Amino acid sequence: MRKRSLIPIIYIIFLMLPIYWLIAMSFKTTNEILSGFSLFPQTFTWDNYVTIFTDPSWYWSYVNSIIYVSINTVLSICVALPAAYAFSRYRFLGDKTLFFWLLTNRMAPAAVFVLPFFQLYSAVGLFDTHIAVALAHCLFNIPLAVWILEGFMSGVPKELDETAYVDGYSFPRFFITIFLPAIKAGVGVAAFFCFMFSWVELLLAKNLTSVDAKPIAAEMTKTASSAGYELGLLAAAGTLTIIPGAIVVYFVRNYIAKGFALGRV
Amino acid sequence: MAKITLSDLKHSYYPDPKGPDDYALKEIDLEWSDGGAYALLGPSGCGKSTLLNIISGLLTPSNGKILFDDKDVTHLPPNQRNIAQVFQFPVIYDTMTVFDNLAFPLRNRGVDETTVNTRVMAIAEMLEVTDMMGKKAAGLSPDNKQKISMGRGLVRDDVNVVMFDEPLTVIDPHLKWKLRSKLKELHQKVRATMIYVTHDQTEALTFADQVVVMQDGEIVQIGTPVELFERPAHTFVGHFIGSPGMNVLPCEVREGGAFFENTLITLEGEIEQGTGPSQIGVRPEFVTLGDKGLPAIVHKVSDVGRHAVVEAKVGHTSVKAVIEGEAPVQGAATHLSFDPTKTRLYRDGWIATRAAS
Amino acid sequence: MKTQNQRAWFFVLPVLLLVAFNALIPMMTVVNYSVQETFGNNVFFWEGLRWFEELLNSDRFHAALGRQFLFTGIILAIEIPLGIIIALSMPRQGFWVPVCLVLMALPMLIPWNVVGAMWNIFALPDIGLLGYLMNTTLGIDYDMTQDPFAAWATIITMDVWHWTSLVVLLSYAGLVSIPDAYYQAAKIDGASSWSVFRYIQLPKMKQVLTIAILLRFMDSFNIYTEVFVMTGGGPGNSTTFLSIDLVKIALGQFDLGPAAAMSLIYFAITLLVSWLFYTLMTKDDGK
Repeated sequence: MRKRSLIPIIYIIFLMLPIYWLIAMSFKTTNEILSGFSLFPQTFTWDNYVTIFTDPSWYWSYVNSIIYVSINTVLSICVALPAAYAFSRYRFLGDKTLFFWLLTNRMAPAAVFVLPFFQLYSAVGLFDTHIAVALAHCLFNIPLAVWILEGFMSGVPKELDETAYVDGYSFPRFFITIFLPAIKAGVGVAAFFCFMFSWVELLLAKNLTSVDAKPIAAEMTKTASSAGYELGLLAAAGTLTIIPGAIVVYFVRNYIAKGFALGRV
Repeated sequence: MAKITLSDLKHSYYPDPKGPDDYALKEIDLEWSDGGAYALLGPSGCGKSTLLNIISGLLTPSNGKILFDDKDVTHLPPNQRNIAQVFQFPVIYDTMTVFDNLAFPLRNRGVDETTVNTRVMAIAEMLEVTDMMGKKAAGLSPDNKQKISMGRGLVRDDVNVVMFDEPLTVIDPHLKWKLRSKLKELHQKVRATMIYVTHDQTEALTFADQVVVMQDGEIVQIGTPVELFERPAHTFVGHFIGSPGMNVLPCEVREGGAFFENTLITLEGEIEQGTGPSQIGVRPEFVTLGDKGLPAIVHKVSDVGRHAVVEAKVGHTSVKAVIEGEAPVQGAATHLSFDPTKTRLYRDGWIATRAAS
Repeated sequence: MKTQNQRAWFFVLPVLLLVAFNALIPMMTVVNYSVQETFGNNVFFWEGLRWFEELLNSDRFHAALGRQFLFTGIILAIEIPLGIIIALSMPRQGFWVPVCLVLMALPMLIPWNVVGAMWNIFALPDIGLLGYLMNTTLGIDYDMTQDPFAAWATIITMDVWHWTSLVVLLSYAGLVSIPDAYYQAAKIDGASSWSVFRYIQLPKMKQVLTIAILLRFMDSFNIYTEVFVMTGGGPGNSTTFLSIDLVKIALGQFDLGPAAAMSLIYFAITLLVSWLFYTLMTKDDGK
């Protein structure tokens, strides 16, 4: 093995250490955790996971997260597709300004929007619903999706559109049966990034929900407050949140690197 | 400048090749003299790029040796071989100016700045790019980019050989001939050994003094453009070079003569001994229509400008002929005759008649 | 050439409505608050630009802003070169490529508060792996809840752990798009590996690096959750970055006016710096 491959290996080990620690911790009993340092779980236990899967407030928070992330991903991609198509194919009044304005929303600090969002969604009666979080996350996911998709679409030659029209395809049929398959890698990458940023965000998700749509990330804070630290439980809940991401990244592994490389700046 | 010798060269991309099919290059023995212009011609996948990469040192052959002027360079890396290569797609350093691009190979070798200056300006003069020396190379048109890549190969005066790997692929058709003649002109000026790899016969035949035709990892024929045209050593060469390619007609050999459609055909010379399927090869240029010879029916006539290509049926076999002047009409009966000095027998694809001395 | 077509606006309309709903209405609320004072009960008093003046002269804001720039500067200075180095040393093809990519992308897919909690557990002085190694094995006094320096070091390590992969992925995408002929030509031209990096790899990575730097700037400048979970802005105020301070003022003290004014200035700074980065990094492209 060449010396150069040491660098990625060391880096990956560095990445895995905290994750290992989290997983190891999730299999330890609270007693073992508090009694002192141990590299491997001495008394291996599934108790922490059993607690999570038997307590509805735990597993429902998990389901809640998945619901609003899915709504957000589908919504973001659906509205971003026609917009990205317009940006990649047509010139129209204010296109550049609009594109740039969209991107500036990606730069907005979430903290700035916490309070106004709370008031806005309370006013329209959406507070504590999955829709509220999914809509709020559109703020930064739609610009990102438009940006990525536009990059991929610009890579598809315009002749494809023209040939299809000459062949008598209507626009919707052309878009769905010809154009979408041509950029499916782009849709995959965009969906991946939407999923990712919606799944990892907590500040907005937490402040727009209280009970019914409470995300897993917010539910976890209760381990810290009630009866001291339940580190094992916290670690188990944390471990479970890694799994959806790991599954999604596995499916798009061949496209992630390309995703941004094709987007335009 | 150097003489290049390839001796018993074989290459396989597999770590342990089993049969001949595993070899991209089967067995190459070749000698190229100093200062010549050579072309490697063959269809894609024939092994010509592999051969090129072995000469440049980007690949080490599985077997055999490469000598530059009798010095074994088989295991030397590219930068120690003093060679230059121009690729299919122009390779330029985007962030540098045209001048810096041309100076790059010299500066990397620690040449002093005054020499760099004179060499670069001389090459720029030849390539007619002096007016763009200060520009960023990124903004150039493809043909100018390719000129710069060529220039980087020619700027060093110590190169053993300059290699071109299908350099005109991305160039617009109307600029191709311009660059091609530029290249020929450059060769006459700098007198470096040049090897030009291509699948385009026009490029190979106009550029090279000597053309090496390859097929399936083997050399089929080496010769001047005229030799390749007039006396193809293999039906592949006859077919690949020339437009349309050589007529390859099935025949029967008996009593020391070759019979096509039961008619004895006069060949250039005596038939060599051997067995295997035989064919008669004659170029359309050496087939004439007239009152005497093989009876045939005109099947198709295509006018290609200065001459016409007539496709005539003799029995079920079609024979092409290139006709100057008035062409016959479709369906007309005619007779074909072959120029005996240009008509040969091929056995297993290889030429099997002795040349008339 | 793109065709002129005003109907394209219909395609953009859904995006426009959704983003406008999310961006314009809240932004108007913020602007509205920023020029008023409230004591609750929906009673507001006109304050003009008072909050802006106070904020721009307040030591607390200057300190948070300073910490924010210091933090962003440090993590950019570490993550960008580190990411490039790792991308350069990754294999270009073969079985290990997807394995590397999946493992490297993993930290980015963990919810931010879990990242914070994970590093908390990791850094616990006596029972965390990092804390134990530091205190017991290496004998360095380490407790991020007590020592500001330890808190900074841990947060920076956490961010490097969390986000360097983004730079790696982007740089890698740029690297694999370079055709082999470039490397071959460089070999033949006798270029050193530094020249290969400087004249071939870096120029080809420039576009993706611009994106990497912009994204890392925006996200690190807006960092909130991880730091809040790990240190809550402490010890003292030592890790109170802009977002943390903003949430403290807005939700902790419910000082809506000053918080709104701070939001606007914060957003303006992010936009300004992003624009500067972008202009600087693309200024040569036009030539």
